[in-house]
Amino acid sequence: MLSLIIFLPLVGGIIILFTSKTNETLLKGIALGASLASFVLSLFMTALFKIGGGFQFLELGNWIPSLGIHYHLGVDGLSLPLIVLTALLSLLSVAYSWRIELRLKEYLFLFLLLETGMLGVFAALDFFLFYIFWEITLVPMYFLIGIWGGPRKEYAAIKFFLYTLVGSLAMLLAILVMYFNAQPHTFNMLTLIEQQPLAAKPVLAALAFWGFFLSFAIKVPMWPFHTWLPDAHVEAPTAGSVILAGVLLKMGTYGFVRVSLPMLPEAFRIYAPAVAVLALLGIVYGALVAMAQTDLKKLVAYSSVNHMGYVMLGVASAAAAAGIPEKAVAAATALNGAVFEMVAHGVITGALFLIVGVLYDFRAHTRGVDEFGGLGARLPMYTGITMVAMLASLGLPGLMGFVAEFFIFVGSFGIFPYLTVVAVTGVIFTAAMFLWTIQRIFLGPFNERWAGLPDMDTREKISLVPLAVLMVIFGLYPRPLLDVINAAMTTLVAMVR
Amino acid sequence: MVLEVIVALPLAGWLINGLAGGRLPRGVVGAIGCGTVGAACAASVMAAGDPAVAGGGLTATLFTWLSAGEFTVSAGLFMDRLSALMALVVTGVGFLIHVYSIGYMADDPAYARYFAYLNLFVASMLLLVLGGNLLVLFVGWELVGLCSYLLIGFWFDRERAASSGRKAFIVNRIGDAGFLLGILLLATTAGNLQFDRLAAASGGMAPGLLTAATLLLFAGATGKSAQLPLYVWLPDAMEGPTPVSALIHAATMVTAGVYMIARLHPLFLHAGYTLSVVAAVGAVTAFFAATVALVEWDLKRVLAYSTISQLGYMFLAMGVVMMPAGMFHLTTHAFFKALLFLAAGSVMHAMRGVVDMRRLGGLAGPMRWTAAGFAVGGLALAGVPPFAGFFSKDLILEGAFEWAQRGGAMLVWIAGLATAFVTAVYVTRAMMLTFAGPAADPGHPHEAPAVMGLPMAVLAALSFGGGLLGARVAGEPLLRYLEPFFVDSAIGVLKDRPMPAAGVITALPVAVSLAGILAGFALYRDRREVTLGALGRFLSHQWYIETLYDAVIVTPAKRLAHLLADVVETRGIDGAVNGVGALVGRAGLAVRGLQTGFVRNYAAAILAGTILMLGYWLFR
Repeated sequence: MLSLIIFLPLVGGIIILFTSKTNETLLKGIALGASLASFVLSLFMTALFKIGGGFQFLELGNWIPSLGIHYHLGVDGLSLPLIVLTALLSLLSVAYSWRIELRLKEYLFLFLLLETGMLGVFAALDFFLFYIFWEITLVPMYFLIGIWGGPRKEYAAIKFFLYTLVGSLAMLLAILVMYFNAQPHTFNMLTLIEQQPLAAKPVLAALAFWGFFLSFAIKVPMWPFHTWLPDAHVEAPTAGSVILAGVLLKMGTYGFVRVSLPMLPEAFRIYAPAVAVLALLGIVYGALVAMAQTDLKKLVAYSSVNHMGYVMLGVASAAAAAGIPEKAVAAATALNGAVFEMVAHGVITGALFLIVGVLYDFRAHTRGVDEFGGLGARLPMYTGITMVAMLASLGLPGLMGFVAEFFIFVGSFGIFPYLTVVAVTGVIFTAAMFLWTIQRIFLGPFNERWAGLPDMDTREKISLVPLAVLMVIFGLYPRPLLDVINAAMTTLVAMVR
Repeated sequence: MVLEVIVALPLAGWLINGLAGGRLPRGVVGAIGCGTVGAACAASVMAAGDPAVAGGGLTATLFTWLSAGEFTVSAGLFMDRLSALMALVVTGVGFLIHVYSIGYMADDPAYARYFAYLNLFVASMLLLVLGGNLLVLFVGWELVGLCSYLLIGFWFDRERAASSGRKAFIVNRIGDAGFLLGILLLATTAGNLQFDRLAAASGGMAPGLLTAATLLLFAGATGKSAQLPLYVWLPDAMEGPTPVSALIHAATMVTAGVYMIARLHPLFLHAGYTLSVVAAVGAVTAFFAATVALVEWDLKRVLAYSTISQLGYMFLAMGVVMMPAGMFHLTTHAFFKALLFLAAGSVMHAMRGVVDMRRLGGLAGPMRWTAAGFAVGGLALAGVPPFAGFFSKDLILEGAFEWAQRGGAMLVWIAGLATAFVTAVYVTRAMMLTFAGPAADPGHPHEAPAVMGLPMAVLAALSFGGGLLGARVAGEPLLRYLEPFFVDSAIGVLKDRPMPAAGVITALPVAVSLAGILAGFALYRDRREVTLGALGRFLSHQWYIETLYDAVIVTPAKRLAHLLADVVETRGIDGAVNGVGALVGRAGLAVRGLQTGFVRNYAAAILAGTILMLGYWLFR
C-alpha cells in the first residue's frame, strides 16, 4: 500500500506525458485523480495504523544486493502525519493550480514527480533509497521555480539548486561514513540505529553529524543557511511555495529526528547547545526581519525561518537530553512539540502562501503590503480565512500553532531554560508582524484602487477552507494527531540511551 | 452539565450571528445576542445555587486537551465560590450592556458582526473564569484579548481604531509572554496545572522559584489589567464602541488579572515578596492614573484612566492580603464604572460622537436621567457613603493601613488616600464640564431611548445599593461568602482584627473624598480650563511614560528590524553566500587561462610537476 501511495502520483505523471497537451481538462483530471487517490489511500493507511506499533506497512525487497541496498519502506508515528500532510497539500495545490496555462503538461508532470519524491523521503528506511528520493525532489522544484516563477526566477532557482546540492553532497558523504563503519556494511536505517556503528568513534561521528547537519540545516533552513528561502519563495509559483514551505522544509527537520537523533545521539548531544543557539537565532532573527518586510510573500517566508526555529529548538533540546533518564519526559515533550509544529507549520504556512496567491495571482498582481488597505470591508471571506491563518501562526490558543509551541516550550524549558526564555519573547514579534500586516492589508480606509476586487472563488475556497478547518480542529482537539506522534516520540526517546 | 451550558450559550450566539447574522433581521440578531447572555446569566445563577459550588466546587471535564508523555491538560470547567461571583458579574453586567447595545448600535451597518464579537467575548471571559486549570484560564485570557482587539478596532476603516486594537494586542502579548513563562515554570516544577494541585504543591516549592513564577504571572496581569508598566493600551482602547469600553475595558476583562491572583492566592502567599510588588505596583498605578485623569479632556479617556486607577486599588488590596476586599471592589467597580461608561455613551449618542469635554456642557437639562446616572456612578467612584464604592474602597484602605502596622510600607496607604482625593476631584470635574453650565455646542441633545435607559437604571441601583454586599451593617454577605475560599489567606486577618481600627481610619477616606469633591466644585464651577501650569503639562503627557517607551523600545526595535533586514541579511549573510558564488566563478575564470589548448603548455606543466614531485621525493 505504501508503494502505491508513493508511486500513484508518478504513474499519473507518466500517463500525463503520453496525453495530448491540448486536452487540458484531461491533463488536470489525471493529475487531480492521481493526487486524490494518493491522499485517500494515505487516509486509509491512517485508519489502519496502530498507535504505538512501531514501523508498519513495511515493504522490504532486494534491490542492489551486492551493495546491500534494499527497497525498504515503512511508516511510524513520525512519518505518518508527514505523509498525510504531503498528500493533502499536493492535492490542494493541484486544485489551486487549475488556472495554470503556461506549459501545463510539464507543470503537472513535474508536480506529481515532486510529490512522489517527497512521499518517498518520509517512507524510505534504506539510506540509498532515502537519498534517491531526496534528490528527486530537487529537480522538479528547480524547474517549477525556474519556468513558472516570477521575474528573478533564474537567480532564485539556481540559488535553491546550488544551496541544496551542497547539502546533498554533505549528506552523501555522511551516509557513506555510516555505511562503511557498519558491520556488515548496510544502508538499512533501522539496522544503523540499532547498531550505532559510530558510537565508539567520536571523530567520525562528529564528521557524520556535521555532514548530516549541513544538509538538513540548509533544508530546514536554519540560520544562517536560510537566504535561499526568501528568494525561492518570492519567485516560486504559488503552489510551489505551498509545497516548499509545507513539505520540503520538513524534510530537513524530519532528517534531524529520523537520522541525526537516533543514529548519532552522542554527537548530537555534544553539539546540541550549538544547534539550539542557531535555532534561537532563527526564531528571533526571522521574526525581526519579517517585521521589516513589505513584500507579503517574503514576510511569510521569513516567518517560516522563525517557526522552523521553534521546531529545531525542540529537536535540539531533546538531543541535549539524550541518555539522561530524568530528562526523558522533557525530551519527549519537546519532540512531540517539534513534530506537531512540523505538521502545524505545514498546514498554516501552506495556507498562508495560498492566501498570498489569492491576492497576487489573479487579482492585484502585487504583493506590496503597503499598497492595500481596507480590504476587510469588501472581501469578508478572504479576510476571515487570512485572520484565522495568521492568528494560528502567531500562536493563538485554540488554534493549531499554539499546541505545538506550547509543547516545545514546556519541553525545552526543562532542558535549556534560558534559551527558552528568549524563544518565548519571539511570540511578541510574530504577533507584531502579523497584526501589522493585517492592518495594512485589511484595515484602515478602503483603497479605491481595488474597488473591483472579487472575493474568493470556489477553486480558492476548496484549497483554503480545509486547511482553516484543520487549524481549528487540531487546535481544540489535537489528541488524534498527538497520540500518533507521542507514541513514536516516546519510543524514540527510550531508544536513545 | 450546567457549566458547559453557561459557556456554550454565548458561543452559540457567536456562531449564529457570525455566520448568518448578515442575513437575519436586526431584531433577531439583537435577540440572539442578548438572549444567549441572559440565558447564560440565568444558568450561572442556577449553577451558583448548586451546593457543590459552596463545597469543593462544581467540575466538568470535557475531554483531554493536551496529552503527551506524562504531561496532561484537560479541557475542564470548574465553579467554586470565586468563579461563581465572577460568572455572575460577567453575565449579569454583560447582559445589561448587551441590551444597551441594541439602542446604541442601532444604526451601525455591521450590527451582526458587533453582536457576534460581543458574544464571543462573553464566552471567552466565561472560559477564563470557569477554566478548570491554569492553561484553560490562559486560553480564555488570550481569547478575551483577541475579542478586545477585534472590538477596539470594530470600526476598522478608521486608522486610529485599527492601530489602537493592534497596540492593545501587542502590549498584552508582552505581558502574556511573561504569563506563559510563569506557566512553563509551574508546569515543569509542579508537573500539573490543575488549580488544586498547584495550590497543594506551592508549599513545597523553592521560594525563589515560586517568586519568579508569580512575578511572571503578575507581568501578564499588568498587561491584561492595564497596570504600570503596561497600561498604555487601555486609554487608546477607547476607540472602540462605548458599550465595549463598559463591558471589556471596565467591568470584566481588565479585572482578569485580579481574578487570577485571587485564584492562585496560595502561590502568591507562599511567594516571598511578590505580593509586596503587587501592592506597590497597584498603589503607584492608582495614583498615577488618577492624576492623569485630572487633565484629560476626552470624557472616555478620563474614565479609562479612572479604570486603570481603580484596578490599581484592586491590586493594592491583593498585595496587602486584603483579597476579599479586592474582589468586593472588583464587583462594585463593575457596577459603577459600567454605569459611568454607559452614561458617557448616552452623551455621545446624543451629541453625535463628541467626547471632548470642552465641547460638551449643560447637558443636565436635556439629559436629566443620564446626568443622574452619571452622578450616581460618580459618587460611587468618589467613595461617598452610602454609595457602593465607598464600602469597598474603604475596606481596601483599612487593609492597607493595617498592612503598614504589620510591617508593610505606610506609603501604600498614603498613596491610596491621595488617590481617593484626586479621584473625587477628577470625577467632579468631568461631571461639571459635561453636564453643568451653559450648552457649549448648539445641537439638540436628546435623552437616550428606554432600551439604553433601563440598563443604566439597573446599574444605578446596583451602584447605589451594591455596597450592602460588603457593608458591616448588612453583615458583609459577599465577604462571608468568599471567606471559605480565602480560608488560608487574608480572611483570618479580617476576622481577628481588633474592630475597625479607630474611627479615624474609616472616616479619613470619606473626609478626603468630600474635600476632593469640594475642591473640584470650586475649581470647575464656572467650567474654566484649569491648566495647572508645568505640572499640568507633565500630567497631560502621562508623566512622559509613553514618550519614554517610544524612544527606548519601539523605535529601537523598528530600527533593529530594518538594520537586520536591509543590512545584515542582504549585505551580510546573503552577501557572504553570493560572495562564495562569485569566488567560485572568479576562480573558474582564473584557471580558465590554463586551458590554452596548446600541447606545449601542457607538456611544460607536466614537466614542472614531475620535477617538483621528484624534488619532494629526494629531499623529504
